[in-house]
Amino acid sequence: MELILEGIRKAIWLLFTFDPEVLGITWLSLKVSGLATFFSLFIGISLGTVVALARFPGRRLVVSLINTGMGVPPVVVGLFVTIFLWRNGPLGFFELLYTPTAIILAQAVIATPIVAGISLASIQKLPEALRLQILALGATRIQMVRMLIREARLPLLAAVMAGFGGVISEVGASIMVGGNIKGYTRVLTTATVMETGKGNFDIAIALGVILLIFTFCINAILTGIQQRERPR
Amino acid sequence: MKGVILSVRNLKVSRGGVPVLDIPGFEIRTGEFLSLIGPNGTGKSTLLLGLAGLIRKDRGEIGFHGKPVENGARLLDYRRRLAMVFQEPLLFDATVYENVASGLRIRGMARSSMRPVIEENLALFDVAHLSSRSARKISGGEAQRTSLARAFATNPELILLDEPFASLDPPTKEAIVQDLGHAMRIRGTTAVMATHDRMDALRLSDRIAVMDGGGIAQIGTPAEVMNQPVSEAVAAFVGVETILKGRVRSSAGGALQVEVGSREIFCAGTCEQGKEVLCFIRPEHVTIYPEGSRPDSSARNVLSGTIRSVQPIGMLYRVSIDCGFSLNAHVTGQSVDDLGLLPGKGVTAVFKATAVHVIRKPGA
Repeated sequence: MELILEGIRKAIWLLFTFDPEVLGITWLSLKVSGLATFFSLFIGISLGTVVALARFPGRRLVVSLINTGMGVPPVVVGLFVTIFLWRNGPLGFFELLYTPTAIILAQAVIATPIVAGISLASIQKLPEALRLQILALGATRIQMVRMLIREARLPLLAAVMAGFGGVISEVGASIMVGGNIKGYTRVLTTATVMETGKGNFDIAIALGVILLIFTFCINAILTGIQQRERPR
Repeated sequence: MKGVILSVRNLKVSRGGVPVLDIPGFEIRTGEFLSLIGPNGTGKSTLLLGLAGLIRKDRGEIGFHGKPVENGARLLDYRRRLAMVFQEPLLFDATVYENVASGLRIRGMARSSMRPVIEENLALFDVAHLSSRSARKISGGEAQRTSLARAFATNPELILLDEPFASLDPPTKEAIVQDLGHAMRIRGTTAVMATHDRMDALRLSDRIAVMDGGGIAQIGTPAEVMNQPVSEAVAAFVGVETILKGRVRSSAGGALQVEVGSREIFCAGTCEQGKEVLCFIRPEHVTIYPEGSRPDSSARNVLSGTIRSVQPIGMLYRVSIDCGFSLNAHVTGQSVDDLGLLPGKGVTAVFKATAVHVIRKPGA
């Protein structure tokens, strides 16, 4: 118990003394996971919307793949991204392995099916007649899709939360493709793993607490928006 | 006579390989109100969706102002000249004002030009006071009013109404039917409405089309459809409660004498002697008198009988009389009391020869 309290005290101390290393790690975590979430939203919402609205052979298979993708372990994603970015891999010539870009890429791959799956469910849940109503109002197909996404915005906020939550807390892929390089690719989760490994539980707890605080704050903001707009 | 705004030719629609709509053709004139009536599953909503270009058709042509509606830009242009209101209001998660604005926004109208249009249409359907309310926080009736205001805001030449009153309670429906009728009159909008309620159709329509099995069984003025149904199915749907199978015993001077079981009835019409026919008698055309009385009426059919049952049906009562065949009459509660109408009581049922619509029995 004393260990945990000491860790929390240390976290507060590290935060309020603006420890440059902790600030750097925290900023990189937010930047990497934020960008990964942004890209996954762009791809995932588009993919989810297309699959929700389109009727094509093999659609069920695509839905199953998306749903399966929602539960793929980050280490598996990390493994394949590493293989792709490896010096001799298909994308090796980009020389992205052990860079923050590689972490963004891996995290985007993790979050995209989560966002796509939730988007698909959200759009599918809208009444079929709403699509007809929008078209009957004279909308083009693009206007219809925009209006449907707008109608599903509250459940889509859940997609943002799930996507961001999934990547800010993941560690396996980040270590594999980022390498946990101090001052370059070290993020809150990889640093926590490393400090735990070294037996520095107080610092590990401190980093964990910081991670929790940021995750909580971002989700609290998104939840606030969602609940404010929730239809009664 | 105003021109044809919409024409349908050989429209066929299938779902999962099963034909659900087969319409040889009909036309709608500018400013006309056409109702599509019929039981559930007869293709009313499918026809409306077809008219709106919202479903894939197997074949056929929809013409708008004489020009065929095709896919692409012309279809979009067509859709922007019509509006559709569904059974559910299908409002967006926004304010009532924003909902009414949605069709105009889709058309790219400037925000400043929208305001007077929106306010006019909010007022037309009596929802101006709800303008800033969330569409999720208004009642079902208010939501359907908002949906109608949204449709009328785009000033459509043609409005398609798919069971717009089906989810409403009677007083709310009554008020909205009145407001819709008023809006139709002042705007002169052409309308096609699908409904299973023939009373709604009677109140609003210039013509009624009765749908059966994915086709139009009969189309005509309300009086034609109600009083001269072309088939047993149409008759049953438009409220003809007495459908009698008979044989023409004599035919002369536009009058028929038809043998129905052991009785004979007089009908207006022409048909060859000996032919098998169906006689349709609307319940409101039958009058009941005390047994043995000689009514002061020119009616040719005066039949004695015994009451089988008396059932309340809303404001009226349905009296079923056994007079050699089953004959139904609708009477007021006052009449039930005054005449002491009870099961087993003997009465005299009276109806005019012109109240009987005769068609040849199919296959005869």
